[in-house]
Amino acid sequence: MPPTDTAPATPEESSENVPAGTARGAPDVPPQRTDAPGIRFEKVVKRFGRNVVLRELDFEVAPGERVTLIGPSGSGKTTILRLLMTLEKVDGGVIWIGDRPLSHMRRGDRLVPANEKHLHEMRKQVGMVFQQFNLFPNMNVLRNLTEAPMRVLGLSKDEAVERARRLLDMVGLADKIDAHPSQLSGGQQQRVAIARALAMEPKVLLLDEVTSALDPELVVGVQDLLRDIARGSDLTMLCVTHEMGFARDISDRVLMFDQGQIVEEGPPERIFEEPAEQRTRDFLQAVLAS
Amino acid sequence: MTWDWHYTGEILPDLLDGLRVTVIATLLGYLIALVLGLVWTLLRRTPSRIVNQTVRWVVEFIRSTPLLVQLFFIFYVLPGWGLTLGALTAGVIGLGLHYSTYTSEVYRAGIADVPRGQWEACTALNLPRRRAWQDVILPQAVRKVVPALGNYLIAMFKDSPMLLAINVVELLGAAYHAGAETLRYLEPITVVGVLFVIVSVLSSIVVRRLEARYATH
Repeated sequence: MPPTDTAPATPEESSENVPAGTARGAPDVPPQRTDAPGIRFEKVVKRFGRNVVLRELDFEVAPGERVTLIGPSGSGKTTILRLLMTLEKVDGGVIWIGDRPLSHMRRGDRLVPANEKHLHEMRKQVGMVFQQFNLFPNMNVLRNLTEAPMRVLGLSKDEAVERARRLLDMVGLADKIDAHPSQLSGGQQQRVAIARALAMEPKVLLLDEVTSALDPELVVGVQDLLRDIARGSDLTMLCVTHEMGFARDISDRVLMFDQGQIVEEGPPERIFEEPAEQRTRDFLQAVLAS
Repeated sequence: MTWDWHYTGEILPDLLDGLRVTVIATLLGYLIALVLGLVWTLLRRTPSRIVNQTVRWVVEFIRSTPLLVQLFFIFYVLPGWGLTLGALTAGVIGLGLHYSTYTSEVYRAGIADVPRGQWEACTALNLPRRRAWQDVILPQAVRKVVPALGNYLIAMFKDSPMLLAINVVELLGAAYHAGAETLRYLEPITVVGVLFVIVSVLSSIVVRRLEARYATH
């Protein structure tokens, strides 16, 4: 990992930042959350045409913190994840991961828009799981998991296969290693997609409505898996979801968004049980009614 | 005019020779069309405006002019500029070049058809652009367009008699020569039609098989 992106408080890096099935058997101690970087949005503006999605948004996520973004559709939650994954470019402001800018790079003491090389370097820290899974249909499950570790991280085939097996074991799909994505259920596809993201050993994991496209009976399996991962790893996690129970379980903090602004934030118990803002109450009522 | 089986038997070896030339010209031309079409498509997607606009106009120009004119140009005009090609070579290049503009369009549609999420997954996994193209996007795009590409193979096969105009003795040419010697055209030209049908039907079966195979995943 790059030398400058961790807080100076980490004398030793843990090489084991992927849960690898340790979650269930892990002793009951709070995970060490020092290896993962924090995130900072600094007056971030994002427009699509004339539609301003984020207007000078400021917020921070602590290293290893799990934050859930809630709010009505179009409030900018998914855009925040997409900006962090560099699928979109900022129109103003700066995004930081650890102490390095993501959307920009340093030139002298100025910040200029990032080039592809910088983005490539910064993306190594970030992984994302998508609503629609986005597995590669032309590859089997194993190849989906080994492609990027081999091509990007330079792992040997044996190392990549070993890592893939370990992760498939963790997500409970060891027997599907040779299957093609089209032969899997939605829930299984999403578990493979989670394993694929973790195979890159990211330090920040982005979850974009990962259970929204699943049949109701498949939602629980994926959520349980993510709970285990949250419990057994030191990843910084940002999660967009409409599943409030799940949000409550995995998050340290909930941010309520509306129209590209944070309406209110706090620990999940407080946001869900005694929201201070009318807009939050309206939103929660609408979600629970659906 | 009655059908003469004896005469048919006499001219058949020449016609089969012609068919061989037709098939060779078609397959070589098709190979050029497949490769060059992809090159056009990829060049049209480069960020450089000069490159992609130039390619766009060249492709548009080739597609909008008749194959026959292009064959004449390659065979009769280019030698004036010092590039002399054999008739079959000129024919293969002409067919390939002309059809590359169609296959390019097919590839373009196939690539556009790959869901945006596939590109996004490539970015999320930090795959370099070239890898994304090579391992993820093109394999999916090509799969989707195998049937359309196969249909152009058959169309090209049926256009190959145009090579007669630049003196390639392909199937129709062979029949024409046979007829010119005896002034009997019924048998040679009919056999040409029958051979075209046979090869076209066989190719369609192959194309349908490929289609079925590539449609599985």
